[in-house]
Amino acid sequence: MTEDWETLTLIWTGICAFAVIMYVLMDGFDLGLGILFPFAPRDADRDLMMNSVAPIWDFNETWLILGGAGLFAAFPLVYSVVLPALYLPLFLMLIALIFRGVAFEFRFKARSSRHLWDRSFHFGSLFATFAQGVVLGSLIQGIEVSGRNYAGGMLDWLSPFSVLTGIALIFGYALLGATWMIWRSDGELQQWAYRTARTLLFVVLAFVLVVSVWTPIADPGIRERWFSVPNIIYLAPVPVVTGLTALALLRALDRGREVAPFVLTMVLFLLSFMGLAISLWPHIVPPSITIWDAASPPESQVFLLVGMVFLIPTILLYTAYCYWVFRGKVTGAFYH
Amino acid sequence: MDLDPLLLSRLQFAFTISFHILFPAFTIGLAWWIVVLEAVWLSTNRPIFRSLSEFWMKIFAISFGMGVVSGIVMSYQFGTNWSRWSDVVGNVLGPLIQYEVVTAFFLEAAFLGIMLFGRDRVPRPIHFVATCMVALGTLISSFWILSANSWMHTPAGYEIRDGRFFVTDWWEVVFNPSFPYRLSHMLTATFLTTSFVVAGFSAWYLLKDRHVEHARQGLTWSLGLITVLAPLQVLLGDMHGLNTLEHQPAKIAAMEGHWEGGAGAPLILFGIPDMEEERNHYEIGIPALSSLILTHSLTGVVPGLKEFPPENRPNATIIFFSFRIMVGIGLLMVLAAVLHLFLRWRGTLFENRAFMRFLIAMTPSGFVALEMGWITTEVGRQPWIVNGLFRTADAVTPALTGAAALTTLLAFVVVYAIIYIAGSYYLTVMLRTGPNPPSEYMQPRDLAREAGRPKRPLSKADETFAAGD
Ligand code: HDD
Ligand code: HEM
Ligand code: HEM
Repeated sequence: MTEDWETLTLIWTGICAFAVIMYVLMDGFDLGLGILFPFAPRDADRDLMMNSVAPIWDFNETWLILGGAGLFAAFPLVYSVVLPALYLPLFLMLIALIFRGVAFEFRFKARSSRHLWDRSFHFGSLFATFAQGVVLGSLIQGIEVSGRNYAGGMLDWLSPFSVLTGIALIFGYALLGATWMIWRSDGELQQWAYRTARTLLFVVLAFVLVVSVWTPIADPGIRERWFSVPNIIYLAPVPVVTGLTALALLRALDRGREVAPFVLTMVLFLLSFMGLAISLWPHIVPPSITIWDAASPPESQVFLLVGMVFLIPTILLYTAYCYWVFRGKVTGAFYH
Repeated sequence: MDLDPLLLSRLQFAFTISFHILFPAFTIGLAWWIVVLEAVWLSTNRPIFRSLSEFWMKIFAISFGMGVVSGIVMSYQFGTNWSRWSDVVGNVLGPLIQYEVVTAFFLEAAFLGIMLFGRDRVPRPIHFVATCMVALGTLISSFWILSANSWMHTPAGYEIRDGRFFVTDWWEVVFNPSFPYRLSHMLTATFLTTSFVVAGFSAWYLLKDRHVEHARQGLTWSLGLITVLAPLQVLLGDMHGLNTLEHQPAKIAAMEGHWEGGAGAPLILFGIPDMEEERNHYEIGIPALSSLILTHSLTGVVPGLKEFPPENRPNATIIFFSFRIMVGIGLLMVLAAVLHLFLRWRGTLFENRAFMRFLIAMTPSGFVALEMGWITTEVGRQPWIVNGLFRTADAVTPALTGAAALTTLLAFVVVYAIIYIAGSYYLTVMLRTGPNPPSEYMQPRDLAREAGRPKRPLSKADETFAAGD
C-alpha cells in the first residue's frame, strides 16, 4: 500500500479515537448524573442536576453516532465485525439510551408519573454505562474472526473481565458526574457532590489498578508491549502521570476547588484511554484485525476528509458557544 | 419451528425505521413552521406569534426527542443485523452517513439547546438564528440519508471488486438517478404532514370555539401551504414514478398490478394480486389508462411481472395496496386544497363546519401516506438491497442467531410501544390544552397600552385579539 494511504489511515484512526474519547468525556458526565440521580439529597437537587445537562445531552450523545458512523465510513470492516460480536450488549445500550433520552422530555411534562421517568433516567443511564463498559472489556479480550466476518457466538462477550469493566465504567462515569456537579452547583448539593466524588475516586482507582494488573496477566501480547525493555522505560510515564493526577484530584477535592476536579477527572480518563491504545496498537479489533486491514480505500477516506477538515473545527466552535451560553451555576428550574 | 434470522432482521428493520420516520416526517416541517412564526414575531412583535411559536416548540421538543432516540438505534442496526451489507457497501454509504452526522446532527443537537432553553440567555436575533440552524439541520439530514437510500435503489458511480463496492465518482453516487425525485417528493411529504396536523388542530379549536385567533392564524398558513404543495406532490409523485419505471420496472409492474406487460395496459383500480397464481382476483380496471399515465401515450408499452423470474419479483400484494392508499390520500389532499380555495373565494372559510370536520379527519393523513409511500418504495426494491446487484438475503449478519434476533425484535416492539403511548399521551394533553393566551407574551410597551383599556375577563383574551387586530 502507498504511503499516502498510510497517512490517511493514521489520520482517520486519530479522528475515530477523538470521537470516542469526546463521547466518553461528554456523555460520560451526563450518564454519571443519571447514575447518581436517586442518591441526591433532595428532590429539588434532582431538578437541578437534570437542568444542568438538559440543553446539552443530545449534543453529547451525537458523539456516539459520530463514533459509530466514523467506523462505518473509515473502517467498515470493524463495523461489520464488532457490531455482530457485541449484538446483545449494544442492544442493551440502545434500549437504555432510549429510556434515558425520553426521560428528559417526559419528566418535565409528567405530573403523577414523574417518579417513573426519574427511574427511567436512572436505570437508562446505569445500563447504558454498564453496556459500554462491557463493550470495552470484550474488545480488550479479543473477537473471533474468520475471513471478513465475526465467527463467535452471541454470548462470547460475557466474561468476568467484561462484567468487571462494565461495573468499573459505572463508577468512572459517576465520578465524572459528581465533579461536573461540583462545578455547576453550590450549597448543599455541591457539598454532597464533594463527598460523593471523594468516595468514588477511591473506588475508581481500585478498578484502574485491577484492570491494569489483570490485562497483562491474561494477555501475553499486552504484557510484552508494556514490560519488555526498552518499552518499559518509554511507557513508564503513563502510570506515573496517572498516579500524580489522582493525587492532584484528591487535593483539589479537599481544598474545595470548583473546576479543577472535573478537569482532572477528564485527564484521568484520557490517560486510561492512552494506556488502552498503547496496549492494543495497531490492532483495532484484537487479536487479528489491524487498522491497516480494516481501513476503507483512499477515495472514500479523501472524500470524507475534505469535509472534516473544516467541519470538525466548526463543530467545536459552536459547541464551545453553546456551552458558554449555559455557563454558570444552575439555579431554579428553567424549562421551555 | 426454525427462527429465521433474515426474516426477523427484516421485520425488525422495517419496524424500527417505520417508527423512526414518523418523527422526522413531522419535525422537518414543524421546525420550519416555528421558523416562520419566530420570523413574523421578530418583525411584527405581535404576541400571538410568540404564543404560537412557544406552543409548537413544546410539541417539537417531544417529537424531536423521540426522533433522536429512535434514530440512534437505526445507525447501529446497520452493523448488528446487516453486517454483510456494511462490509459490502461501507465504502460508498459510510461516508454519506458520516457527512450526515457532521453536517446535520451536530448542528441540530447543538442549537436545539439554545432554541428550547436559551430564549432568556441570548439576544432575540441569536435565538432566531439558532432556530433556523435546527431547521436547516433537518433538511441537511434528509439530504444525506435520502441520497444514501436512493443509491440503494439506483446505484451509480461505483465499481465492484472482490464482491465489494468501490466508488469511482462521488458526484454520481450522491446525485444518483432517483435522488432528486425522492428528495423533493419526501420533503414535500413532510411539509404536507405538518401542515395537516396544524390545520387539523386549528380546525378543532375553531369548532370548539377556543384559541380562536391562534386557530385562524394556523389555518391561514397551513392551508396556504397545502394549496401549493398538494398539487405539486401529485406532480412530483408522477415524475418519481416515471423515474422508477426507467430504473426499477419490476417495482412499477407490482405497484400497478400488471402481470402481463405490453401496449395499452389498463389502470387497475382494484384487485388482489396473487403471487402464487400469478394473477389478480376481483380485478376492476380502466383500459389503456395505465399506459397513458406511465408513458403519456395510450399505446405505450409497460412492464409486467411475468417478464421477471419469480425469485426477482417484489411482493405485489403489499405494494399494490400501499401505493393506492398513498395516491388516494394524495388526491384527498388536493381536494382539501380545492375546497380551501373555493371557501376563500366565498369568504366563508372559518364558518364552514363541514370543512373543519374534514380537516380534523385529515390530521393523520400525512403520516399514513408517508408510511405507505415508504413501504411501496422499500418492499418494491426487494429481493434486492442494492437494486439488481446485491440481495437482501446476502446482506444479513452470518453469526446472528434466530433467538437473538427474536429477543431484540420483541423488546423493540415492547419498548417502542411504551415510548409511543407515553409520548402520544403528553402530546395529546398539550394539544388539548392549547397555546397560552397571547397576553402572556406581551412586551412592556403593549402592556402599557393595554393598561389604558377597560379590563376584560381573561377567558375572552382570544376574542379580544381577534377583534383588536
Ligand atoms: C404525504 C405524503 C405523500 C403523498 C400525499 C404522496 N406520496 Fe408518494 N411517497 C411518499 C409520500 C407521499 C414518500 C414517503 O415520501 C415516498 C416514499 C419514498 C419516497 O421517496 O417518497 C413516496 C414514494 C412514492 C413512489 C415510489 C417511488 C419509488 O420507490 O421508486 C411513487 C411512484 C409515488 N410516491 C407517487 C405518488 C403519487 C402519484 C402521489 C399522488 C397522488 C403520491 N405519491 C402522494
Ligand atoms: C436511508 C434510509 C434507508 C435505508 C438505508 C434503508 C435500508 C433498508 C434495509 C437495510 C432494509 C432491510 C431489507 C429488508 O428488510 O428487506 C430495508 C427494508 C425496509 N425499509 Fe428501508 N431504508 C431506509 C429508509 C427507509 C424508510 C424511511 C422507511 C419507512 C418508513 C423504510 C422502510 C422499510 C421497510 C418497510 C422495509 C422492509 C421491506 C421488506 O422487508 O420487504 N426504509 N430498508
Ligand atoms: C435507515 C436510515 C436512517 C438512519 C440510520 C437514521 C439515523 C438517525 C439518527 C442517528 C438520528 C438522531 C440524530 C441526533 O442525535 O440528532 C436521526 C434523526 C433524524 N433523522 Fe433519521 N435516520 C434514518 C432515516 C431517516 C430518513 C429517511 C429521514 C428523512 C428523510 C431522516 C431524518 C431525520 C431527521 C430530520 C432527524 C432529526 C430528529 C427528528 O427530526 O426527529 N432519517 N436519524
